[in-house]
Amino acid sequence: MKEINVTLKVWRQDGPNAAGHFDTIPAPGIKDEMSFLEMLDLVNERLIADGKDAIVFDHDCREGICGTCSLMIDGQAHGPQKGTATCQLHMRKFADGDEIVIEPWRATAFPIVKDLMVDRAAFDRIIEAGGFITAETGGAPDANITPIPKTVADAAMDAAACIGCGACVAACPNSAAQLFTSAKVSHLNLLPQGQAERYKRVEAMVDTMEELFGSCTNHGECEEACPKSISIDFIALMNSEYLKSKFKNRKRLSQHD
Amino acid sequence: MATTTVARGPAKPGARAKRKAPFPVEFYRSALGKKYVMAITGIMLIGFVIAHMVGNLKMYLGPEEFNHYGEFLRELLVPILPRTVALWLLRIGLIAAFVLHIHAAYSLTRINHAARTVKYQSKRDYIAANWASRTMRYTGVIFGIFLVWHLFDLTFTGTNYHYVRGMPYENVANSLSRVPVALLYIVGNLALGVHLFHGTWSLFQSLGWSNPRFNAWRRNIAVAIAAIVVIGNVSFPIAVLAGAVHT
Ligand code: FES
Repeated sequence: MKEINVTLKVWRQDGPNAAGHFDTIPAPGIKDEMSFLEMLDLVNERLIADGKDAIVFDHDCREGICGTCSLMIDGQAHGPQKGTATCQLHMRKFADGDEIVIEPWRATAFPIVKDLMVDRAAFDRIIEAGGFITAETGGAPDANITPIPKTVADAAMDAAACIGCGACVAACPNSAAQLFTSAKVSHLNLLPQGQAERYKRVEAMVDTMEELFGSCTNHGECEEACPKSISIDFIALMNSEYLKSKFKNRKRLSQHD
Repeated sequence: MATTTVARGPAKPGARAKRKAPFPVEFYRSALGKKYVMAITGIMLIGFVIAHMVGNLKMYLGPEEFNHYGEFLRELLVPILPRTVALWLLRIGLIAAFVLHIHAAYSLTRINHAARTVKYQSKRDYIAANWASRTMRYTGVIFGIFLVWHLFDLTFTGTNYHYVRGMPYENVANSLSRVPVALLYIVGNLALGVHLFHGTWSLFQSLGWSNPRFNAWRRNIAVAIAAIVVIGNVSFPIAVLAGAVHT
């Protein structure tokens, strides 16, 4: 085990409409086996002991499954390690003397609550629009009662790995939520249980997404930032599903609803 | 401690309330629809620049061949259609593609700017986004300006050289023998090449053309199209400067 001394350059902002600024906070004596968030906890304890305000940041499960942690670390969503969330990042990834710049996610749809914490309710709006099924699923069904080809099940599972952290939006130069939305659309549209709402779903989720977020220019930055390494192939799938929905839902298009 | 609340509205029914226009207009209203339009008009424009480049290679066969080719374009589909009608139909399609491509790009850019009003205050470290993908707007605009100039130079009026309508070979040789003009052509086409490098790859995604069998080829196709167009087009000013094409 090693100890390193780093300097944090952290974004501090009192509220959604307050002007923010970077604070430089020295963080000496950091054990390299600490997680990034444990390092922040330690820094916060020291700040509190000094009578200062702790740095506000989002976190919950701390094992990469809940999607609550965020942070733009040195210009990369969830920091420099590929395929992991901030909570799974360890201080051994940093060297003694490093300056670590930490910013919140930045997107109009993700207003800053305080410091590094942002409100990601915009994702809930997208889910509410169609990220559900209406089929009665009951208790745990018997295995293989609904036959699903292995490849389809795997693809749906890859999409379902999305934890909704918002790193795709944060990393996207356009603040587009295509990777998140396409993962949620694909996860349900690929499976038999999701067929009833298949075309309504993609249309409603995409329309809601477009009210809140930017539009995709196929940089591929989201896939790199995604802690679950979700592929942008799902974005292509969503695009083709969306076009199909325009034909399948066509009768509804002419109706004045 | 001050509490902060962020307004949480109910789930909005989406843009569906406004739906009244015919299907293609409705589709174009959505950002995803605009991406489809970007991609489809992009394919049309790629088809044009390749045909334009290949046609211009005739320059290397000498003035008769090249001027004859120009005349052939005007006579396309004669006698089914009167002279220049087919050419004008193609031109109208091309202009429509350009207008839609630019309008979609402009609207999408505005959406994207609105989606992040406060920029990152520290330096971003991009991993996948490359120079081409991040400069699409600029290479598009640079090429657009070059294109207007190019039309004046060789189609409309000529630019301060002895321009003769219907004598494209002589016009090309006279115009491009001026070094700054030749450089302009090279710069314009490099911008086009960078634009095509990202655009060609990107259109597969926008159209939802993704299949593990050919996905690895999407990048190769983009590189090939960009390279073929740039090499062909840049060869013309170089050939003129080198004296291979002269009056
Ligand atoms: S805290 Fe749950 S994913 Fe990081």
